[in-house]
Amino acid sequence: MDWPALSLSLHLALWTCAILIPMGVVIARTLAFRPPRAKGLIEALIALPLVLPPTVLGYYLMVLMGNATPFGQAWAALTGRSLVFTFEGLLIASVLFNLPFAVQPLQRAFDAIPPNLREAAWVGGMSAWTTFCRVELPIAWPGLLSALVLTFAHTLGEFGVVLMVGGSIPGETKTIAIAIYDRVQAFDDAAAGIMSMFLLLFSFLTIGLVYALGGRVARRRG
Amino acid sequence: MECDGVAWFDSAAGVRLSPQERRVGFVFQDYALFPHMTALGNIVSALGHLPSRARAARARDLLAMVHLEGLEGRRPDDLSGGQRQRVALARALARDPAVLLLDEPFSAVDQVTRGKLHRELAQLRRAVRVPIVLVTHDLEEAGRLADRMTILHQGRTLQTGRPFDILARPDNALVARLVGQRNVFEGEIAAHSAERGVMLLRWGPITLEVRDDPRFAAGDRVAWMVPAAGIILHRRDRPSRGEHENPVHGVVEEYVPLGDTAQVAMRVDGDADTVLAFAVSTHVAGRNGIKPGVAIAVSLLAEAIHLMAA
Repeated sequence: MDWPALSLSLHLALWTCAILIPMGVVIARTLAFRPPRAKGLIEALIALPLVLPPTVLGYYLMVLMGNATPFGQAWAALTGRSLVFTFEGLLIASVLFNLPFAVQPLQRAFDAIPPNLREAAWVGGMSAWTTFCRVELPIAWPGLLSALVLTFAHTLGEFGVVLMVGGSIPGETKTIAIAIYDRVQAFDDAAAGIMSMFLLLFSFLTIGLVYALGGRVARRRG
Repeated sequence: MECDGVAWFDSAAGVRLSPQERRVGFVFQDYALFPHMTALGNIVSALGHLPSRARAARARDLLAMVHLEGLEGRRPDDLSGGQRQRVALARALARDPAVLLLDEPFSAVDQVTRGKLHRELAQLRRAVRVPIVLVTHDLEEAGRLADRMTILHQGRTLQTGRPFDILARPDNALVARLVGQRNVFEGEIAAHSAERGVMLLRWGPITLEVRDDPRFAAGDRVAWMVPAAGIILHRRDRPSRGEHENPVHGVVEEYVPLGDTAQVAMRVDGDADTVLAFAVSTHVAGRNGIKPGVAIAVSLLAEAIHLMAA
């Protein structure tokens, strides 16, 4: 077991969730409650990582973060570090390729809240923030949980984008999925097998948890 | 738009109070109860203006007021339609509102529950000194519960007044039809007889005597209506004196007995497009042998005929 790679993967997944979930809530609420004119376009852009080959997404992200673009140059000027082949760059990529996994369940959850529940909260004197905390979140939490679990698990498993943007630098960008590939390349089937089994069990457990909780909520509301 | 001396909305002055700032108790058509909160929690949620220690006690008082003691811990899913509506009402009252808005509150409950809720609302009105605005499509409900009624049609106010006045004396033919009057027709004032206090109204081939109405002069085109209660069926076996009052002859087109009363539609002789609708007791209809195709005569009570601008 490549413990540094596992630790890096867990770090990446936690940070991705920490950044993406609040962002996803804002995007999902906007799409659900105040749909902009370009809603279809925005939804298509968010869903793009689902259908795009990870190498294509990774290629564009690598180009975007490189020192040839204004974005890459600005980042380098501000932080003194390049984005490509660093943890920060990997994190940005991870947030982007996880967008659909976070936004779609959240949007479904917020869409399902009847508009007059929010109006009832407002005429009852609740501020927009109180309404969010006491009415929207308690009703939408199964969607929030799905978003969280899917993002976390998917970050652990992503391979193509990570390889393109991060390379395979131990301790910096070498995640567990890359480590498995690495071990296979080195004919270390035993290590690859252990790590694969770990990812398999972990993924199964998290997805199973989501379905179990979702089923319980559905039955309670049935 | 003003409520209790506070401007809620004034586009000229740029006043636009947020829902939180308006002291309004709103009962939504589908109640909009928070599904994840108990009945008590729903009411507490609208008590944000009280110190948190006082909220639970106040919420219990409100639940008692709507006769839901003992159901504090139930969630909306475990309440019946009528009970949900009472929770919604208690939640609306929790804000200590300056006005209570009820948006078609009785449309989602069965008829028996509706009657019960009507009586409770009438009681509640005496208990809480808050003006209540009730939106409904049910004229009977409006007539039974309201002191004043406003007829809205396609976003415009057509008429405001006491329900009885609007039902008996609508401003125009549109209001008359909207409040469910079926006998709305057009005619022409034929003559004016101030000393007898009557006017003659020409209606197709028929001339009717109506109460004098100074708003109209001979030759004016008018709309007019007669409520179902102003149409009296002539007995076929034994003519009586009252039959001299605006007699109209026709043929029964439709006969629908509904319990104690029966609805009758009569096609007027000499005018194939005109149908008069009225009600008679079922036993009277039976005694007179009323059924589709039978020739009958009715009187239109002069007192009941109401003239409107055409």
